Amino acid sequence: MDVKLVNPFINATINVLETMAFMNVNAGKPYLKMDSMAVGDVSGLLGLTGIANGTIAVTFEEKCILTIVSNMFGETMSELNDEIGDAVGELTNMISGQARRELEGMGKVFKAAIPSVITGKNHSIVHYSEGPKIAIPFNTDDGDFTIEVCFE
Amino acid sequence: MDTSIKILIVDDFATMRRILKNILKQLGFKNLVEADDGTTAWEVLEGQGIDLVISDWNMPKMTGLELLKKVRASDTYKTVPFLMVTAEAQKQNVIEAVQAGVSNYVVKPFTAEAISDKLEKILK
Repeated sequence: MDVKLVNPFINATINVLETMAFMNVNAGKPYLKMDSMAVGDVSGLLGLTGIANGTIAVTFEEKCILTIVSNMFGETMSELNDEIGDAVGELTNMISGQARRELEGMGKVFKAAIPSVITGKNHSIVHYSEGPKIAIPFNTDDGDFTIEVCFE
Repeated sequence: MDTSIKILIVDDFATMRRILKNILKQLGFKNLVEADDGTTAWEVLEGQGIDLVISDWNMPKMTGLELLKKVRASDTYKTVPFLMVTAEAQKQNVIEAVQAGVSNYVVKPFTAEAISDKLEKILK
């Protein structure tokens, strides 16, 4: 897997969360994820095809996503429900779009599928390709989330 | 801007429709209707007098681009302003939308100011 594919997803994640949810987001050190257990309580998963095939996932701790969506809507969200799931799907979609824009500038063109969302404690994230899973943890003042990037 | 116009918001994600509605209400627009894909949007367009369409690109059944082409091919609705609000930001996407007759284009993520600026340009 070309590690140059990862940075655009980090930049896109920061941009999307800062613009749409007015959050200060700090990226931690990327690591190789060996298992499929989600770090968070709700995850968005999206397939990408192009010069390589793969998936990105964004998985949020409950407190973190409730704060993010509360900020996006301008009203307090207090439980993981269909509205939160829908928001996770749209956030995943926006992160993908922003990252693909930066990747295009590097001469790497990708198309995206429609995201799917998985909710619940201890759920699994199954990537579509067999490549290594690079996880990037992020922290905010209101909890953590992680993105996973996996390309063949 | 004439804030009495009727605006159709088209997006398969309820989240985005809600965010756009909040922004438009803050700008003074009250006459807002929604659709969750291009097919439903076309039905709304035919059934109601719509003055402006704000549409996502990637949607099931009928995409935003297909909706735009259908609107521009229609004798009745071809002059209706059409703002594309989408995560599809690659050059080819913008070119396709411009060629199809989009009035303006906003890339997600966006600020309320970006939406306001584009609407002012479209509606002036």
